[in-house]
Amino acid sequence: MLLSNDHGRLLSPLGAKITLGLLLAAGVLVPLLNLAVPQDSVFHVPTYLVSLLGKYLCFALLALSVDLIWGYCGILSLGHGAFFALGGYAMGMHLMRQIGDRGVYGHPVLPDFMVFLNWKELPWYWYGFDSFPFAMLMVVLVPGLLALVFGWLAFRSRVTGVYLSIITQAMTFALLLAFFRNDMGFGGNNGLTDFKDLLGFDLQSDGTRAALFATSALALALAYLLCRWIVGSKLGRVLIAIRDAESRTRFLGYRVEFYKLFVFVLSAMLAGIAGALYVPQVGIINPSEFSPANSIEIVIWVAVGGRGYLHGAILGAVLVNYAKTYLTGAAPEIWLFFLGGLFIAVTVFMPKGIIGSLEQVSARVPLLARVAGGRQ
Amino acid sequence: MFRKVLRISLVAVALAVLLPAAARADLLQDLQALTEKSNETKAAAVESLAAGGHERALPILEAYLDGQLFQVKADDRMVIGEEAGKGYRIFDAVTGEAAGELGKRKLRKVRINNRLRQVVKAALGGLTLGSADPAARMRAADAVFRSAPAEMVAPLEAALASEENARVAERLRRALAATRLVNAEDSALRVAALQTLADFTDPDVRAVVAGVLRNDDAGAPLESDAAVRAAAQETLATIERALEFNRFLASIFQGISLGSVLLLAAIGLAITFGVMGVINMAHGEMVMLGAYTTFVVQEVFRTSFPGAFDYSLAVAIPAGFLVTGLVGIGIERGIIRFLYGRPLETLLATWGLSLILQQLVRSIFGPTNREVGNPSWMSGAWEVAGGLTLTYNRLWIIVFALVVFALLMALIRFSSYGLQMRAVTQNRPMASSMGIRTGWVDAMTFGLGSGIAGMAGVALSQIDNVSPNLGQGYIIDSFMVVVFGGVGNLWGTLVGAFSLGLVNKFLEPYAGAVLGKILVLVVVILFIQKRPRGLFALRGRAVEN
Repeated sequence: MLLSNDHGRLLSPLGAKITLGLLLAAGVLVPLLNLAVPQDSVFHVPTYLVSLLGKYLCFALLALSVDLIWGYCGILSLGHGAFFALGGYAMGMHLMRQIGDRGVYGHPVLPDFMVFLNWKELPWYWYGFDSFPFAMLMVVLVPGLLALVFGWLAFRSRVTGVYLSIITQAMTFALLLAFFRNDMGFGGNNGLTDFKDLLGFDLQSDGTRAALFATSALALALAYLLCRWIVGSKLGRVLIAIRDAESRTRFLGYRVEFYKLFVFVLSAMLAGIAGALYVPQVGIINPSEFSPANSIEIVIWVAVGGRGYLHGAILGAVLVNYAKTYLTGAAPEIWLFFLGGLFIAVTVFMPKGIIGSLEQVSARVPLLARVAGGRQ
Repeated sequence: MFRKVLRISLVAVALAVLLPAAARADLLQDLQALTEKSNETKAAAVESLAAGGHERALPILEAYLDGQLFQVKADDRMVIGEEAGKGYRIFDAVTGEAAGELGKRKLRKVRINNRLRQVVKAALGGLTLGSADPAARMRAADAVFRSAPAEMVAPLEAALASEENARVAERLRRALAATRLVNAEDSALRVAALQTLADFTDPDVRAVVAGVLRNDDAGAPLESDAAVRAAAQETLATIERALEFNRFLASIFQGISLGSVLLLAAIGLAITFGVMGVINMAHGEMVMLGAYTTFVVQEVFRTSFPGAFDYSLAVAIPAGFLVTGLVGIGIERGIIRFLYGRPLETLLATWGLSLILQQLVRSIFGPTNREVGNPSWMSGAWEVAGGLTLTYNRLWIIVFALVVFALLMALIRFSSYGLQMRAVTQNRPMASSMGIRTGWVDAMTFGLGSGIAGMAGVALSQIDNVSPNLGQGYIIDSFMVVVFGGVGNLWGTLVGAFSLGLVNKFLEPYAGAVLGKILVLVVVILFIQKRPRGLFALRGRAVEN
């Protein structure tokens, strides 16, 4: 299983091709059907749907980042929502600065909530966020740095398995508490909201929303390619070796902690990008994104789609979130039963997720085998 | 003996016949004086009322203080009026007999002002200083302490001399010292009073002493006597030190209390993690189920045996243990055993279970808090000293946690099940090949862990809100206890729980509750750098993987 024939070729399994094809098609078609097709046509995609699908794609990118560490390196992070939220906050801070004097209080520099709290000047950590390139840098640097420090501390002292999961959960819980505080300077429990525009484009306009959707699709496609490339490389083989037998890999002479640290930081950065794309599409970022429950939900997206396939994570994120949208609207009290049942059913009956189950049936149906492709 | 009784009764009868006539005349006179314009006359009347020793003096003065003393316009009769509908239900002030109802306009209120209120309060204090009930005497002493009127010095001295109850005597001493401090002219007497006050560790005394050291608006000290100022300075420092010490003790108590709660919540988690290597994310929901079991048990008691409500916890504890223990065994047999060897998947499945349990309870009992009562022996508090009160419910929970811990230790140490459990913890394959039914041990351990969580829920229902989210509030802290203490043996959990509880409560005053919690989480994360497997880790080759 470790040495599948597809190894080394970037796009070989059919599943990967389908994923990329669908992503690119969606990235082109959805904005086109939204902007170019008249509203009364059956093919018209309403703007709310564009934003909703864009949100799914951000979640898919987040799930991808979790699959990279969990599926290929055995690191079960129950705190990945923290990196997502930090990226989101970096983007939110940029959007807040873009409001300028159009806020309720009309202050030229300070965001509304700071005026409300009687703050006189901008805290130092808000400096620079008025510049788009700086903010984008922070979107990857802040989550990356946190992951670097946290991962270095954790992996160096060989905290693994359940212990690591619990500690990551404590990390996101600590951040949740911290961001709830008003004097942290991130808007307290209301978070950041009332955004106006991004790079001069009105966030409410159809065009901007379509562009954000296309950007999300593109970012997801690129991240997917990057992850495929990594797991297919020699580095990826070491990661899989760590997942399957960490001690043995260490005895073979590999510096296990460095490999883990690299992939953990990369994953955190991808999660940060997902958060940054998510915020302008939903229009708000608040501390509830840090809640441990959110982070565990990400893991179930990956588990449903199939852990260790990359496109499984994307499939799972979209399916579960579609179910969530549908159920929380149609029968809200059912949703938690459904989600809870999903956790149990998937782990007990379908440990390899949808893609893995396809793979198991594949002995009889050759086409499916190719779709499922190279679990490594 | 008989003659003595007879003599006393004769005197009493004579007094009852003779005294009232004279006293009553005085009473009437004083009452009329209250309606005069002059404040001096009124004050003198109040004091005369109090000094007269008439049994009606107390209700009259209380009514006067509450603004319920009236004069009937028609015949100048003095009455006490209670508001009733549009008018007043009136009682004769002298006899206390009901005298029908009167409209507002037919009554004239006897005026009172703030200065008079002070006089009345002091007079009331003096009246009740002689009460037969020690609690009333104590209240009176406290009232005098707060108003510190000059005229109370003599009654206080008299009361102190004859007081036999030690606690009341203490309060009298406090009141006397404060009264002397405020009113005495003699510097030495005031310094002595301040030295007496230094024995009392309580915020009220501190306020009185600090009052001596106040400055006027220009910044000059209000107290001109340097010796008194110096003595006040010293007394204040003594009191501050004592209060600081009591606050320190209070922090320790709160820390131990939080620690005992964490111990109850974490200990079940620790044994399931130790034996099976799985983290039960639904553990918090077991706590919640235990709390709801208490609610149901109490409902049954309320409807069926209201008289025996105080014993409801005696039923709730075993009921909570059984209900959650059976649910736990069900979970282990139904889900977890299929996930053997996959701890991360177990974690996810139990998380899913926790969502279902939460929603289930929300659907059945509703999303709002449910009312769980304290039995009478658990409500109230033990006032150890000023600024240091220990609530009984928290004290009992500390005791309960330690008892549960001791029982669990004994079970693990001395029973054959405990022996098997320890064997499986140390080396599962070896234990299995020695003939231990590891599946049975797993199920029992999971049931035991869940049952203890249920008992934790019974305890928590006494100090926290019973809502579907109850467990969520404790689960992360419990994880931290397990991570910190390690799973090698239960002493780790004990040490972990109490140290986290204490650190939490000691950080709170300096960093605030939220920041304190964050700091604790950071400290735990840093701590596992040094000891990745906790304080008391298992050693040996079986530990890896």
